[in-house]
Amino acid sequence: MSRRGDWVYENNGGTCVAIAGADYCVVAADTRLSVGYNILTRDHSKICELADKCALASSGFQGDIKALHKNLAARELLYQHQHNKRMSCPAMAQLLSNTLYYKRFFPYYAFNVLGGLDSEGKGCVFTYDAVGSYERTGYSAQGTGSALIMPVLDNQLKSPSPLLLPARDAVTPLSETEAVDLVKDVFASATERDIYTGDKLEIVVINKAGTKREYIDLRKD
Amino acid sequence: MFRNQYDTDVTTWSPAGRLFQVEYAMEAVKQGSACVGLRSRTHAVLAAANKAASELSSHQRKVFRVADHAGVALAGLTADGRVLSRFLRSECINHAFVYDAPLPVSRLALRLADKAQVCTQRSWKRPYGVGLLVAGLDESGAHLYYNCPSGNYFEYQAFAIGSRSQAAKTFLERRFEGYNDYTPEQLIKDALSAIKETLQGEKLTSSNCTVAIVGRKDDGTVEPFEMIDVKRIQEIIDSMEAAEEAPAAEAESSSMQEEDKGTDAAPMDI
Repeated sequence: MSRRGDWVYENNGGTCVAIAGADYCVVAADTRLSVGYNILTRDHSKICELADKCALASSGFQGDIKALHKNLAARELLYQHQHNKRMSCPAMAQLLSNTLYYKRFFPYYAFNVLGGLDSEGKGCVFTYDAVGSYERTGYSAQGTGSALIMPVLDNQLKSPSPLLLPARDAVTPLSETEAVDLVKDVFASATERDIYTGDKLEIVVINKAGTKREYIDLRKD
Repeated sequence: MFRNQYDTDVTTWSPAGRLFQVEYAMEAVKQGSACVGLRSRTHAVLAAANKAASELSSHQRKVFRVADHAGVALAGLTADGRVLSRFLRSECINHAFVYDAPLPVSRLALRLADKAQVCTQRSWKRPYGVGLLVAGLDESGAHLYYNCPSGNYFEYQAFAIGSRSQAAKTFLERRFEGYNDYTPEQLIKDALSAIKETLQGEKLTSSNCTVAIVGRKDDGTVEPFEMIDVKRIQEIIDSMEAAEEAPAAEAESSSMQEEDKGTDAAPMDI
């Protein structure tokens, strides 16, 4: 970035988690927005519902995240016009990858987790790096608290190796309420140590019946 | 073969001050099957007669959703119409992307007219052979525009284009003064009646027409542009036919009176 004169990015922090089950998906993120030691707001949503069975949670630079979400929402609308249906979650996953890689040499500073239901109604989670490399998994964490949360999820949910033959299903064996409780616990824990995570937890649960949002409070310090 | 020596390209004037190629394009609109549009203060309705090219084929789509707040119905070259409706969709998406607000219907019609106008002033282009009824909703209520291949556009309370549209226009001219206070249901009924006028004897069924509506409810919430369900159209047609058979004599005498009133109203032709 030196050739662009200055560092054009900022890290506004935040943590995103998604867990997929047999017939549901939980997408969660905290609502704190901070720079360095300052908290800019305690109530900023990081989750965008891009299609009826698809939610994207992103942390990183707020400006880039906003642009990315807006871009994807516009592309989804175009898809609706052209195909007469909403975009599926795996299709949105591919689109997000392409969108990120398109800016390979001046990337969106955004770390994304995409959660939803696939065409069979099974839960799916897609996890990304900033330039579009992605993988379908059963659960994932991104953002400033991911290093604290990911090992706990590994320990509790045990993802099968993607190299196993025959391929094993990546979805977690938990029930929907168990998964939501686990998400609340890992965020409460991450909030204890990560200064960029806290204030409020926004949880989006996607299942056959539709999408519902809930909020619980986290530590504000 | 040629009507005269001034009609071989779009940019050459005739000594009488006419552009024949543009006028021919306007003729193409009259060849397509009919479309009607009408609006109240809060709602706009578009309807189209669907005509299949042959017994064995399906019909072309003639009503397109452009955005939540607007849609178009077209008569003429449907291929040109498809391209234009794609253009309108992207204009709406771009406007919403930049300003986080829907594109006003008047500006939507203007963009379309400007695009059509360019084709009347470039030697290597041809005018679009399609007429569009643009219906939509914005801060100032519901609107209906007619865009023609010449680049002209007009706002209407109610209008019809396409083959035999004169019958529908006559019907609408007789009734348009009350449209501002119509309910959505009444608008749909009049749209179907107007379409029926253009079919000339052929029976109106839910399979040979498309109806779409956009509007704002009394509480201010927007009802997005939507094609009306085939089943509901058939129900409305059935109820209209039932009502027609019952008080036929009464309806006839009242429509006669309205006709007398309508003679000095402004003609709806261009």
